[in-house]
Amino acid sequence: MMLAVKILLIIIFTPLAGGLLTGFDRKISARLQGRQGPPVLQPFYDVLKLLQKETIEVNPSHRFYVYVSLMFIILTALIMLTGGDILLTIFVLTLGSIFFLLGGYASQSPYSVLGAERELLQMMAYEPMMFMTAAGLYYVSNTFFIRDIVNRKMPAIIYLPAIFVGFVFILTFKLRKSPFDLSLGHHAHQELVQGISTEYSGRSLAFIEITHWYETIIALGFVYIFFAADSIGTHILAVIVCLIVYLFEIILDNSTVRVKWQKALSLAWLVSGVLGTANLVVLSFFNF
Amino acid sequence: MSLIMLLILFPFITSVLVYVIREEHTRNAIMRIGAAITAVLTLAAAFRFFGAGLRVSVGGTEVIDICILIVEVCLAAYIIMTGIRERKYLLSFFSAIQIVLILWFEFTQKKGIETGTDIIVDKLSSVMILIVGIIGSLICLYAVGYMKSYHVHHSEVKERKSFFFAVLFLFLSAMFGLVLSNNLMWMYFCWEITTFCSYLLIGYTRTEEAKNNSLRALTINVGGGLAFAGAIVIVGTNFHIMELSALTAKRPVPLVLAAVFLLCVAALTKSAQLPFSSWLLGAMVAPTPSSALLHSATMVKAGVYLIIRLAPLLGETVAGRIITLVGAVTFLACSLMAISQRDAKKVLAYSTIANLGLIVICASVGTRESIWAAILLVIFHAVSKSLLFLSVGSIENELGSRNVENMDILMDVSRKLAVCMIIGISGMFLAPFGMLISKWVAMKSFIDSKNILIVVILAYGSAATLFYWGKWLGKLVSNGHPKKGEQHPGLHLDEKIPIIIQAVIVLLSCVAYPVISKYVLIPYLQDTFGVAAVIPIGAGDQTLMILMVVMISLLILVPLGYAPTSFLKKRRTTPIYMAGENSGDNKNFVGSGGVKRKSEMSNWYMEGIFGSKRIGFWSNIISIVLLCAGVILLIGRWAS
Amino acid sequence: MSFNKKSPWILHYDATSCNGCDIEVLASLTPLYDVERFGVVNTGDPRHADILLITGSVNGQSIPVIKQLYEQMPDPKAVVAVGICATSGGIFADCYNVEGGVDKVLPVDVYVPGCAARPQSIIDGILKACDILEEKQKALKGR
Repeated sequence: MMLAVKILLIIIFTPLAGGLLTGFDRKISARLQGRQGPPVLQPFYDVLKLLQKETIEVNPSHRFYVYVSLMFIILTALIMLTGGDILLTIFVLTLGSIFFLLGGYASQSPYSVLGAERELLQMMAYEPMMFMTAAGLYYVSNTFFIRDIVNRKMPAIIYLPAIFVGFVFILTFKLRKSPFDLSLGHHAHQELVQGISTEYSGRSLAFIEITHWYETIIALGFVYIFFAADSIGTHILAVIVCLIVYLFEIILDNSTVRVKWQKALSLAWLVSGVLGTANLVVLSFFNF
Repeated sequence: MSLIMLLILFPFITSVLVYVIREEHTRNAIMRIGAAITAVLTLAAAFRFFGAGLRVSVGGTEVIDICILIVEVCLAAYIIMTGIRERKYLLSFFSAIQIVLILWFEFTQKKGIETGTDIIVDKLSSVMILIVGIIGSLICLYAVGYMKSYHVHHSEVKERKSFFFAVLFLFLSAMFGLVLSNNLMWMYFCWEITTFCSYLLIGYTRTEEAKNNSLRALTINVGGGLAFAGAIVIVGTNFHIMELSALTAKRPVPLVLAAVFLLCVAALTKSAQLPFSSWLLGAMVAPTPSSALLHSATMVKAGVYLIIRLAPLLGETVAGRIITLVGAVTFLACSLMAISQRDAKKVLAYSTIANLGLIVICASVGTRESIWAAILLVIFHAVSKSLLFLSVGSIENELGSRNVENMDILMDVSRKLAVCMIIGISGMFLAPFGMLISKWVAMKSFIDSKNILIVVILAYGSAATLFYWGKWLGKLVSNGHPKKGEQHPGLHLDEKIPIIIQAVIVLLSCVAYPVISKYVLIPYLQDTFGVAAVIPIGAGDQTLMILMVVMISLLILVPLGYAPTSFLKKRRTTPIYMAGENSGDNKNFVGSGGVKRKSEMSNWYMEGIFGSKRIGFWSNIISIVLLCAGVILLIGRWAS
Repeated sequence: MSFNKKSPWILHYDATSCNGCDIEVLASLTPLYDVERFGVVNTGDPRHADILLITGSVNGQSIPVIKQLYEQMPDPKAVVAVGICATSGGIFADCYNVEGGVDKVLPVDVYVPGCAARPQSIIDGILKACDILEEKQKALKGR
């Protein structure tokens, strides 16, 4: 019973929080550009509008993948926020992203296929760091379960500073922020139109937006895990750090230009390799 | 005991029958019945001996030994002759030394060495015979249909189906012998037979390319056989044992390690690890059933099977470390190189080598958890990869090409094949399927045993794996339409049945992994390590299972996703957006001046970065250096 | 409650404009006018758009494109003709290749005259189109 209530609460409140963050994102971005910006609740207006609109399709199957993707992302949020296994979280998250980009392939439009290919490339770029994050967290806490990781004496960040930096680096990919918003972004992208979501309209587009809200929270959830420990203070600190990281990503988004894929891939792999390996090697050297 | 004998001999008899009987219908009937009986025998043997296992010593081994020796001498004579005729002197050289070594050992040293148990059926060999028997017989069944279409498309190849089928069954026989025998001499004999079968099948088309590739495969594998023979001589002369189980029970003193290292080198050649992997890529010229059977599901598994058997002597030892590193280099390099491949069979070949590399890492790390992962990887890889090979074979017959780029029309041409293909690919890298579960446990065991480098390599290799499977999956789901007037011959029933059964096995296997773990792996690990083993994925297993079931049911929805809109409210369908005027067929747009232009999207292959030339060269160098380092270290150990 | 009013996403198409109006359209996005205050997003993708904003008169080349873009947009949708060329053909009305205003091809909901149209009037036109979207939404529901 408790679990059912918890699951329900997670399913409802995660996108609300994600949507709110997106709203703040747009507001802050506008202010950074010297504009007034839309209302904070603008993302919700957008989605509610999209839900009312007509849904057009280009072939019978392409909308399907978006729904499956959303289901897997919700599943990821559930696993993560109920303190489940961190590797399973990553695997299901990957599955969700794969279905999303299959949607891009299935809609067959040149722009959505281009977006899907770039998305796949981005996944390849950030996946090693995700993997090493899980490995590092397991290394210091000897468990893959998030509820145990966040209940230790010391927060994981003390042992994993380099991995944390690397994770924030690839978070830019996950949040689809500039300079790594190759596959789709909220800025005008002439050569890409709207990437994977080009052919989606109405309800399916609304679901894509909701999926992004979930993803934002999941991505910040990883940041949270780094900082949370068994005292209540660390949990508050963790939330604050999440917000700071998000603010940092917004500022980064507004102050950098998109890089080419070659650079994105090599940078991500280099940073992950150096920071991840260094951190793990140092840990094993001190024999934790 | 008689059941085991029957299991080994039955495919051999079928092989002879198939070779002798040339009449098409009778032969096909024999093939089907033979495949079915082999499968039944396998199941019977596996269940009969599964609980208690079986350890037998065969009385009167002299007769068998002499038969084996005669066959070996004939084989060696043939190989030496071939080598001289084709001017591959290295091949003749390897083979000559090998046979001399074995003869010398047999007649001067072998007296007084008693073999207690010649055949062992334990949990691991039961798993292996199940893989060989079930998948093998399915592939033999498939071959009946496939070869029919194959010769329609490849009219330039001389029809030698009887020969082809006979070798397939002969191989099954040898493979059963290999995984069941504990006597190193017998194992070596079966090892050589599988090498020879592989050579015959690769050379099936008799083109120049096929001939060269088959000779290369033979050279490399005979070289491996030489290492095997060397190991037998070391073990026999120094310790007077002839049994694998006795060898693994020894303490890791330098001489034992030298023998183990040689056996591992033999295993590396068989499993096509770097620097020996070129033969497996060349082997893709063979007709698909042989690629599926020998070069992905079973024969290449013989190498890793041997390493798993030797695992207690690997782990922290010099030999273990070196083998782990070689496996790691192979896994990473081949995962990266697979990205740049367009030919579906090449992608599968690279992925096979990479996954074998992963199994080699797991087996040679040698902790309980890593061996748990290794055995599961063997099982899941065998089922998924043979499904993929069979599907690609049929796709080639359907579309007339095995370029991944051309597979975007597959959904329209043959939905069944496309769905089976999607299941197979998902089986290789997506969440609820076994490969990923095993990878997860593998990572856990690497961290626990403090192999940081391996963890990092696993991270990068997995990312590359994700990329090349992902883009293939993307091609399969993109709703292309074939050109008007293209001919697509349908599937034979003989092809359809094995593919569908395999797809079902892949789906079932991901639900079955806790069962496999509980009844196969845990008892096996307990026997091998002598301490109680636990399932590596411990608490939360229950919830995990529920999640898995949810995921699988979602994944099963994928194929269904192509139907539902018909009974829902009809939605408006419009042409896709092309940033200009779509000419209406979703393929062309109206360019400037009113000219129709084709819009085409191809996947990324990034040859400049992941091209096989550069990566292949350097990874080969690294692995050779590693192996040499291993040799030097072992000699140093032995001398001191 | 209808949310069309609160998040009008526009698709801007240049039929044969001299770019004067296009610059003004983009100017409405800049800090001085900041049309995003009203939730306006310049999407560049007909699937996502609610309002088709067309500048310039239409000719033989652009007619099929405009028709297709309109077809690719999901209901409810509105069309805003920005600038005098889009409203009536303007000074180009008599050219051999020009067909006239956008209303020769599509049902135009809001006309924003001017040469070039000022950002204020463009924003005004967009907001008027929002009301029309709302009406269309109601009509869709009633159907």
